[in-house]
Amino acid sequence: MATLDKVARTILWQELIKGFALTFRYMFKRKVTLNYPYERGPLSPRFRGEHALRRYPNGEERCIACKLCEAICPAQAITIESEPRADGSRRTTRYDIDMTKCIYCGFCEEACPVDAIVEGPNDAFAAETRAELFYTKEKLLANGERWEREIAANLERDAPYR
Amino acid sequence: MSAELFLFWLMGAVTVASAVMVISAKNPVHSVLFLILCFFNAAGLFVLIGAEFLAMVLVVVYVGAVAVLFMFVVMMLDINFVRLREGFIEYLPVGALVGLVLLAELVLVAGTWAMREPTTPAAPALAEAVDNTRALGRLLYTEHFLVFQIAGLVLLVAIVGAIALTLRERVGVKRQDVARQVHRRPSETLVLERVEPGKGV
Amino acid sequence: MGELFTSTIWPLTVLVFQILAIVVPLLLAVAYLTYAERKVIAAMQLRQGPMVVGPYGLLQPLADGLKLFVKETVIPTGANKVVFVLAPMVTFILALIGWAVIPFGDGIVLADINVGVLYLFAVSSLGVYGIIMAGWASNSRYAFLGALRSSAQMVSYEIAIGLIIISVLISAGSLNLSAIVRAQAEQGWYVFWHFPMFMIFLVSILAETNRHPFDLPEDESSLVTGYNVEYSSMTFALFFLGEYANMILMSAIASVLFLGGWLPPFDVWPFTWIPGPLWLILKICLVLFVFIWARATLPRYRYDQLMRLGWKVLLPLSLAWVVLTAGVVLAFDLAPSAAG
Repeated sequence: MATLDKVARTILWQELIKGFALTFRYMFKRKVTLNYPYERGPLSPRFRGEHALRRYPNGEERCIACKLCEAICPAQAITIESEPRADGSRRTTRYDIDMTKCIYCGFCEEACPVDAIVEGPNDAFAAETRAELFYTKEKLLANGERWEREIAANLERDAPYR
Repeated sequence: MSAELFLFWLMGAVTVASAVMVISAKNPVHSVLFLILCFFNAAGLFVLIGAEFLAMVLVVVYVGAVAVLFMFVVMMLDINFVRLREGFIEYLPVGALVGLVLLAELVLVAGTWAMREPTTPAAPALAEAVDNTRALGRLLYTEHFLVFQIAGLVLLVAIVGAIALTLRERVGVKRQDVARQVHRRPSETLVLERVEPGKGV
Repeated sequence: MGELFTSTIWPLTVLVFQILAIVVPLLLAVAYLTYAERKVIAAMQLRQGPMVVGPYGLLQPLADGLKLFVKETVIPTGANKVVFVLAPMVTFILALIGWAVIPFGDGIVLADINVGVLYLFAVSSLGVYGIIMAGWASNSRYAFLGALRSSAQMVSYEIAIGLIIISVLISAGSLNLSAIVRAQAEQGWYVFWHFPMFMIFLVSILAETNRHPFDLPEDESSLVTGYNVEYSSMTFALFFLGEYANMILMSAIASVLFLGGWLPPFDVWPFTWIPGPLWLILKICLVLFVFIWARATLPRYRYDQLMRLGWKVLLPLSLAWVVLTAGVVLAFDLAPSAAG
C-alpha cells in the first residue's frame, strides 16, 4: 500500500500540482504592496523625518537660542549662533543643521523647551548635491511654514502620551 | 538567370569558400564556425535539389549536435598557436603526400562514377505525390533494411563502449537518491513534542 | 519590365509584407510578454508589478526598450569582436525564422513546407549557437560557463523533444505542421492521446529556452547573468528579445503539436465563430502562462539534477512512448493514410 501510494504520488506529480496550485491561488489574493508614490503606509505621529523650525501663531519665532539642542545633539549636527535682537529678546542669528550628519534620533526635539525645533513627517527630501543638505535657518523656517499643519496635528495627537 | 540558379551559385560559392576557411582560419573556433556555415549552405543545396528531409537532418544532426560538441572541445582547448606551427615545414612533405593520395583517390572515384553506366537498378520510380521523406523511409526500411539495422547496431556498440570506458565504480561515494528524498513524509521523520518548561525532553 | 514585375518584384513585395505581418506583431508580443511576466509573477508574490509608466504600467516595455536603445554598446577589449557582435544577431534571427512554418490557420502559413516539424527542430537546435558564440567571444569566465551549461543543457533536452515529436509524427503520419493540425481535427487533440508526452514536452521546452526552473545558463546567483554578462544596449536587447521570441515560438510549437493549432476546442457554434488564428494565439498565451507560472513557483534546479532529469527520466520515458505509440498504431492498424 505504501509503495502504491508512493508510485501514485510520483505519477500524478502530487508535489508539483500542490506547488502550482498554491501560486495560482495566491495570484488572486489581495496585494500587500502599495503603489508607492501614489499610496503611502500610515505614519506614526512620532515619526522623525525632516527638521523644521516653528513659529508662534502670531508669526514670532519660537526658538529662543537656548542651545539645548546643539548641546544634546549626539552627532553634533546643529550649529547655533545668537545675539540679542533690537527689542532685547534672545534670538538666533544662525541655526544650521548638517543633514548629512544628523542621525534622526529626535533628541533636539525632546530637548527643546518651546517646541521650536521638530522633526516633521516629511521623509522625502533627498537632494542632488551635498550642499543642499546643509540646512540653514531660512530653510528650516520655510520647512516649518510648509509643514506646520501636519506638525501641529502630530504634536496634538502625541500630547496625551507625554 | 533564374532565382534557383542564382541561389545555387551563391550557396555553392559560400560552401566552397567556407570550406577553405575551415582549414585556413587561424583561430580553431573560427574554423568550427566556418564549418557550420559550410554545413548550412550544404543543407541549402539539398533544399535546392528537393531533398528537404536530408537538408533538415543535416542541420539537426551535424549543425545542431555534432558541431556543438566540436565547438565545445575546441573552445576548451588552450591552444598555443606558435607551438602549433613549429613543425609545419618538417611535416610538409608527409602532409602533401597524404593530400595527394587523397586527391588522386577522389578523382578516381569521381571519374569512375561519372563514366560508369548505371548498372544497379535506380531507386524504384515513385509517384510524384510521394514526398522525399516517405520515399527515403520506404527505401531505408525495404531495400537497405539490413544495412540500416547494422548501422544502428554499430552506433549501439559505440554507445555501450563509451559508457564502459568512462564508467568507474567507486566505493564509499555518497549518492543522492532523489526518489527517496521526494518520498519522505513529515510524519515519518518529524515528531512534535510539547515540552514542559524546566523539564527537558 | 512588366513580366519581371509580375514574376519577381510583386511576389517579393507580398512576401516582405507577409514577413512583416508576422514579425511586427511578434516583437510587440515579446515586449508585452515581458510585461505580462512581471505582472503575473508580481501577482503571485502579492506585489503590484510595474505601475508607474502609463496606466497600470502598460507602457513599461516601451520605456525599457527605449532605455536599452539609447544606451552605449560596449565591446570588451578582450572580446572577439566579430563573433561578439554576431552572436546576438544569430539568437534573434533564429528566434524569428522559426515562425515561417507555423500555421496560423487553415492555409494561413508563410511557408507550407513538407518537413515543417524538422525545420522547427533544426531552428531550435541552432539556438544554442547564439549563446555559445556569445559565451566564447565575451572572453569572460562567467559568460563562458553560462555558454557551456547552456549548450550541454540544450543538446540534452533536444533529444527528448525529438523523441516526443516522433510520437506525434507517428500519429499524424506527416511532417507538415498543417497536416498535423488537420490530423488532430480527425483524431482529437494529441494532448489527450499523448498527455504524458505533452507534460514532458512542456518540461523540455522550459529547458530548451533556458527558462526557470532550468535557467542555469543565466543563473544570476552563481554566474551573474551567464552568457550575456558582457553585453549591453542593443546587443543585450537582441538576446532578450530572442529569448522571449523563442519562448513564444516554443509555445506555438506546443500548441500546434498538441493543442490542435487553430482548431476550436469544440466544433459547435460559439467556438467555431472565433477565427482560427485567434484560437492559436489563445493557446500560445496559455502555454506562455505556464512558462511564467513555473518561474513563479519552482526553485532553480541543480545542474546535475537537470542532467539527470533529461537523460535518466525524460529520455527513457519519451523513448518508451515512441515504441508504445508505434506499437499501438501498428497493432490496431491506425496508421494514417499516406496523404501527406
